[in-house]
Amino acid sequence: MTLRAMTLQAMTTPRLEFRGVSKSFGAMTVLDDISLTVNDGEFVTIVGPSGAGKSTILRLLTGAEKAGGGDIFFDRKPLSESAVSFAFMPQRDALMPWSRIIDNATLGLRVQGMDWKAARAIVKPLFEPFGLAGFENYYPAQLSGGMRQRVALLRTVVQKHDMLLLDEPFGALDALTRTQMQEWLQTMWADHRWTAMLITHDVREAVFLSDRIYVLSPRPARIIREIRVPLPRPRKLADLADASVRDIEADILETLLHRPT
Amino acid sequence: MSRRPSAFAPSALPAAIIGALPAIAAAVGFLALWELYADFSGIRPSILPAPSRVLAQGWINRQALIDNTWPTLSATLAGFGCSLAVAFVFSVLMDFARPVRRALFPLFVISQTLPLVAIAPLVVLWFGFGLVPKILLVALVTFFPMLVALLQGYEATDKDIHELLISMKASRWRIFFLARLPSALPYFFAGLRIAITYAVVGAIFAEYAGAAKGLGIYILNAKNNFRPDLVLAAVFVSAGLTLVLFAITVLLGHLAMPWRHTERPTSP
Repeated sequence: MTLRAMTLQAMTTPRLEFRGVSKSFGAMTVLDDISLTVNDGEFVTIVGPSGAGKSTILRLLTGAEKAGGGDIFFDRKPLSESAVSFAFMPQRDALMPWSRIIDNATLGLRVQGMDWKAARAIVKPLFEPFGLAGFENYYPAQLSGGMRQRVALLRTVVQKHDMLLLDEPFGALDALTRTQMQEWLQTMWADHRWTAMLITHDVREAVFLSDRIYVLSPRPARIIREIRVPLPRPRKLADLADASVRDIEADILETLLHRPT
Repeated sequence: MSRRPSAFAPSALPAAIIGALPAIAAAVGFLALWELYADFSGIRPSILPAPSRVLAQGWINRQALIDNTWPTLSATLAGFGCSLAVAFVFSVLMDFARPVRRALFPLFVISQTLPLVAIAPLVVLWFGFGLVPKILLVALVTFFPMLVALLQGYEATDKDIHELLISMKASRWRIFFLARLPSALPYFFAGLRIAITYAVVGAIFAEYAGAAKGLGIYILNAKNNFRPDLVLAAVFVSAGLTLVLFAITVLLGHLAMPWRHTERPTSP
């Protein structure tokens, strides 16, 4: 195999793959025949109406829930047999109020078995790019919502992980801070190319951040659209005014609001 | 990010003193009324001594009072310490194993229904006049509130933090020490403040049922000698002792949970 062919294959082989995954809670079907893929270094977003079961998709990956039917593969191995590690960022920041910022940021590393000093040494240099320099020894209650969310993201990305899972990470922020955080996350992602899956109901956020978007129907959630966002990286907020982007946004909204089935 | 990192706000001690002023005023008012009634109603001091007389007699007998305070204090602290240690061990057991919780919890509830009046003499009968029966009785009255406080505290762990740790594949022990235990601290200290007041009463009661020394036995002797002034002097001492212990638990809580009283900026 030539190097080029190998690269091509690596690019087209999905790292994460859902095949016909379903999930019910009692008599209520939440996920119905979900099939999707996330490729290496790709930013994939799942948009859907509130209560559609978006978060359930992530909870299947973090181990908080088990799939009822279908299969989930990571690097072609079933999830249960795979040694994959996901770095998960929950909806609310889930910072520990009793731990200082630096200790919150190193939590994932320490749980993975790294000693406190080594974990600090890894996290410390990232405080500057995350806009948290000088706040290492603060408690979470002393920080603003946007800063707390950045701490949560810092805690998420420093973990040794194969993939990032972001569950409506900016949902609790005010509109201005949210836009700021989206722009900032976009820059960070462009530098690192984490394989990432984002859950959101914010269509602009989805378009701005993603390479590919899956649109979910209301419960029971099915994938009703898959949309590629061809915008080049790095992206700027101004790119959102681009006609092709506006078309995509309108298309997704149309699908969400007036579901053609 | 315009805020500069700055020092934490100093603890608000002067504010605490100002906050205590109404309580101090109420206590002084109560004592003044009592004094006036005892002085001018014609009631005999052997029935109701005036607070001034209680203080004077207490001062005259200060050496006896002090000598009897130490055994009560050590019984309180030893009993409370044992109670805390056992409550912690059981809280961990019950948090990790539901069946243990279901098996033991009803027993502990029943232990709270036992009338101390009946149990105290029996415990003294079984274990003699030494420290052991006091420790047991103090533990009996303080164990349950501490256990409930801890269990409730563990349960109060933030669901998001719990799920986050699961996603990090943290072990159950890891989750316990990283999240459940710190989450229980505010509950623990709330329980501690209540239980420490029970502890002093428990120790005095145990001594009352039989002891060589201690405020409880001092109160019993003073009563038998028709000295209500000395009974009340000992009561004042025990109240003072309880207040000091209570203040220490408040202080400990303050020191153990520094994140609860840091500067809270209003906006970024």
